[in-house]
Amino acid sequence: MSDNALMDKPRITDPPPPTVSLARRRMPRWSPALIALVSAGLGIGVGNVAGWQSQTQWGLIAALLFVVITYAVTSLVEDTRQAKDRLATSVVWVCFAVAVVPLVSLAWTTVNRGAKLVDGYFLSHSMGGMTNLEEGGGVYHALLGTLEQVGLATVIAAPIGLLTAIYLVEYGRGRLAKAVTFFVDVMTGIPSIVAGLFVLAFWNLGLGFGPSGFAGSMALAILMMPVVVRSTEEMLKLVPNELREASLALGVPKWRTILKVVLPTSIGGITTGVMLAIARIAGETAPVMLLVFGNPLINPNPFSGAQESLPLYVWNQYKLGNAAAIDRAWAGALTLIAFVMILNLLARGIARWKAPKAAGR
Amino acid sequence: MENSRTSTAAPPEPPDDPGPAPVKGQAVHPGDKIFRGISRGSGITLLVIMAAIAAFLSYRASLAISKDSVNFLTAFEWNPQGDPPAFGIGILAFGTVVSSVIAMIIAVPVAVGIALFISHYAPRRLAAPLGYVIDLLAAVPSIIYGLWGALFLVPYLDGLTSWLDQFLGWTTVFEMSNPGSPARSIFTVGILLAVMILPIITNVTREVFLQSPKMYEEAALALGATRWEVIRTSVLPFGRSGIISASMLGLGRALGETMAVATVLSPGFLFTLHLLDPGSGTFAQNIAAKFNEADEFGRDALIASGLVLFVITLLVNGAARYIIGRRKEYSGANA
Repeated sequence: MSDNALMDKPRITDPPPPTVSLARRRMPRWSPALIALVSAGLGIGVGNVAGWQSQTQWGLIAALLFVVITYAVTSLVEDTRQAKDRLATSVVWVCFAVAVVPLVSLAWTTVNRGAKLVDGYFLSHSMGGMTNLEEGGGVYHALLGTLEQVGLATVIAAPIGLLTAIYLVEYGRGRLAKAVTFFVDVMTGIPSIVAGLFVLAFWNLGLGFGPSGFAGSMALAILMMPVVVRSTEEMLKLVPNELREASLALGVPKWRTILKVVLPTSIGGITTGVMLAIARIAGETAPVMLLVFGNPLINPNPFSGAQESLPLYVWNQYKLGNAAAIDRAWAGALTLIAFVMILNLLARGIARWKAPKAAGR
Repeated sequence: MENSRTSTAAPPEPPDDPGPAPVKGQAVHPGDKIFRGISRGSGITLLVIMAAIAAFLSYRASLAISKDSVNFLTAFEWNPQGDPPAFGIGILAFGTVVSSVIAMIIAVPVAVGIALFISHYAPRRLAAPLGYVIDLLAAVPSIIYGLWGALFLVPYLDGLTSWLDQFLGWTTVFEMSNPGSPARSIFTVGILLAVMILPIITNVTREVFLQSPKMYEEAALALGATRWEVIRTSVLPFGRSGIISASMLGLGRALGETMAVATVLSPGFLFTLHLLDPGSGTFAQNIAAKFNEADEFGRDALIASGLVLFVITLLVNGAARYIIGRRKEYSGANA
């Protein structure tokens, strides 16, 4: 050994021990793509051999083969735990694909078949003066009816919903508040036809009024109230307590605190909630069918006489069954879905724009 | 020392003077009382509406049931115009329950899969837009699902139903009485309902999975678990009650679905265990289909079936909210 052992070169005396790699064998990164290709090919092959025409069946066989081959190959190359992990991954991806397909099909069919008829004429004329077998006609009466019924329902439901939410957040402690919360939750689940039957039993059969847009609005208001209460409650809870306490400490009475401090802070979220509720009830058919009855002519008075509404229009045209009517049904469906989607996007846009910057996801 | 002194001292004398005079106007502001009263009144209005729904429906239903000649809860026919009137909800209960069960069997696993996909498997930049899209899909009106179901899904499923009849017909369930009849059956309704309730269940379940504690997941990863093992051990047990309540919310919606079922189901009113046969009925669809031709007594009979539907959905939704209520962090605003 020399004086400076660090500067010595290591002397090779024995052969080096055999190194064991600490990394396990792994499937290469391109293996899912390869297995997908193989199973697609096998799926098409089996489908052709068995003489099945439907390409969906080929796709299903290919998906099944993909899952099976992945599991088998992975448990051979790696181990069973990894195989189960890959199985879970492929199952989850397949779930997603399975769900996307009908929803994309729905959107595509509606746009495709509905766009044929939707134009300015369609949106501004009603079905007056036409027999049902003719082509043409429009949806104006239904659009007007929907706007009026939904507008009246909002006028009824939004104040009550807002005040109830204020009660639950600002005032309620105790059994009444607990009962109200529980029943609001339960009310969100009332089937729309039950709300329609109630207004029927109460307004038409009990008090003797005939069909009208207003009766439909009452049923829609019943459906709208719990949604407004829930979303307003969430928004009010997001307002920081310091704001309320600062206002109260300055001597402002509680009701003015709520009206002038809490509500303006959360007004963006409340508007969003109300708009989402509107979008939900705009698409309700069942109570409208029972209470508003349907009318091919324009009836601008929601308080007397039958009216039409967009979803009811779609249903009535569908029931007629002939080609012209089905075309109109699809066009009406496209109008309805456009209306609902625009409301939804607007509402969510307002929410994002006006959100109090709360922590979270 | 200190203690003995205070323990032997006499209790403090009550003050002789009455203290500072009470400040006037310190009592509750009248505006407060009015506002509090108004908001309390709104809350009470909601309770009154619920009670009124129960009361009016029960009254009308009792008018009809009292004249029913067969047992309302078990009879298998619907003939309120008959003499004597005979109507019962047997078929309706069967159709509603079976279609909802089929919908749940299909929708719940797929919804949990999608929720897991959005929360754990999808690339992060894709996750938020995907959640957004599913939210939008929950807003599509049911009549549009019905239109798509009747005009697109039914012809599409004709092939599947004949295949099922061919290969699985030995189970009575998948046997068709007349092979080749259109697929307007409870089975198709179940599939359509599954597509409809999928967004709702996915939304609530996704909220639940996004709130699973990251510490547990990271601990599992640190111990060398694969992604699936992490999910199996820390995400799914945490979210179990959320999944159950989401499923029940979806079930509640499936039970009450009217227009989608009414467009797809063919109106024959017969009871059969062959799920692929057209015909049968559900509560809501029966009301929608028979309402226009019904006379006053027929209407009361339909209201009676509506009352049964109301009670069922009340129970299901109450149970779902009770389960969710035990975990306060799940908000119900979007469900």
